[in-house]
Amino acid sequence: MVTVSADSRPIIGRGPSLGARFFFLAILSIAVMVLDHRTQYLETARIWMSAALHPLNAVVDAPYAFWNWLTSSFADRARLREENAALAEELRIARIKLLHYEALVEENRRLRELRDASDGIGERTLIAEIMNVSVEAFRHRIRINKGAYDGVYEGQPVIDAFGIVGQVARLDMFSSQVILITDAEHAIPVQVNRNGIRSLAMGTGQLGTLSLPFMTVDADIQVGDLLVSSGFDGIFPAGYPVATVTTVRRNPAETFATVEAKPLALLDRDREVLLLWPNTPRGAASRDASMTDTAAEPSLSNPPEQQSTATPPASQ
Amino acid sequence: MPVTEERIRPARVVVTALVALMFAITQLPDVIEKARPELLLLLVIYWSLSAPRIAGLTFAWVCGLALDLLTGPILGQHALAFLLVAFLTHKFQLRMRVFPIWHQTLTVFMLLALYEFIVFWIDGIIGPAITTWTRWLPVLTSTLLWPVLVAFLDTWNRRRNR
Repeated sequence: MVTVSADSRPIIGRGPSLGARFFFLAILSIAVMVLDHRTQYLETARIWMSAALHPLNAVVDAPYAFWNWLTSSFADRARLREENAALAEELRIARIKLLHYEALVEENRRLRELRDASDGIGERTLIAEIMNVSVEAFRHRIRINKGAYDGVYEGQPVIDAFGIVGQVARLDMFSSQVILITDAEHAIPVQVNRNGIRSLAMGTGQLGTLSLPFMTVDADIQVGDLLVSSGFDGIFPAGYPVATVTTVRRNPAETFATVEAKPLALLDRDREVLLLWPNTPRGAASRDASMTDTAAEPSLSNPPEQQSTATPPASQ
Repeated sequence: MPVTEERIRPARVVVTALVALMFAITQLPDVIEKARPELLLLLVIYWSLSAPRIAGLTFAWVCGLALDLLTGPILGQHALAFLLVAFLTHKFQLRMRVFPIWHQTLTVFMLLALYEFIVFWIDGIIGPAITTWTRWLPVLTSTLLWPVLVAFLDTWNRRRNR
């Protein structure tokens, strides 16, 4: 029991009273919360404080990182050869596909030049590793090992080899939190690849499901349709695969159909993800902005706007 | 012989808090991930009871802020909840210390429920809150952990200080 090892001297009568200290710190917490939620004034302070706490993340991640390093450096010869062969095969296939791609890119560029609207194709990327630290049990967030120090910005798109993973939600100095597209607070503007119908894909809080709440009952959408990002938010570049439609339920009595989709990115199995620096030209960005009325070109100077476009359901 | 507070070194309080912070971000298997005990909050309550001069309100607030930095959606959320729990603990410190262990556990249960409610409430203010019943599981597991933690830390404090 605590009684045994307790100090029984009175704690009253030293410094400001308990109530006064409580009051002061409570006001401070509320002020911090309001500032952090509504404005960006605390951004720099938070980045530096999180830099001080980064060793904790690193220490927790260390055993996993060490184990990975160990297994990869002591992998046996036979397995390495096997892997090598498989990769070579994959590369050959990818090359063949790329031959076609180069031609398409060129054609696309020429067509866009004709229309006088060039969308960025050359994008800068950076590979980030997912750290083995848990962020919060009830939110779909992960922590990656790249942060403000590596030039990451808030609202930056994160993808993997199969599709869009999410976007950077909170920036720390040496790491950052990524909000997955399946988080209940996330929404991404998408387009049906087959016919170009636009909609929003909202996270549901379940790892395998996105929901499209704004599809009317007569909308032309089928099970198996590929959804790609439409790029209208100014955050995610257009044309990246997001999900495939898994269920379409139409009830004629209602305005909207129940449409669910399954994310293509391996959200729970990824070890590495790709950070994307889309180079959207100014013209295209302002065109997007006029359509979504809030979006702006991704840059370090205006992260709050980007954040707000990606999370419309969050009550402001 | 009761251990007086001078014998409890501040380093011990800080080290246990750091360990609890690391526990808060360690990946656990999915089954128990949602029921992860609030070890840091239990430690704040424990040290507020047994070493109130070292672990004051500011200590609790800093612990909460650290948790916000590592996990929270916004700064100040856990800080405020930690502060409120620490305030109540300090307020009723003299009474809580002489409670029998089951009574003390019950009080801690109520403090934990209050903490979870504050976090839940702020979640609801800043966005859509998670409303599954499983988010209350940590209250239960933390309550069950309390007697174990007290036994362990009391023994540690007494043995090392003799």
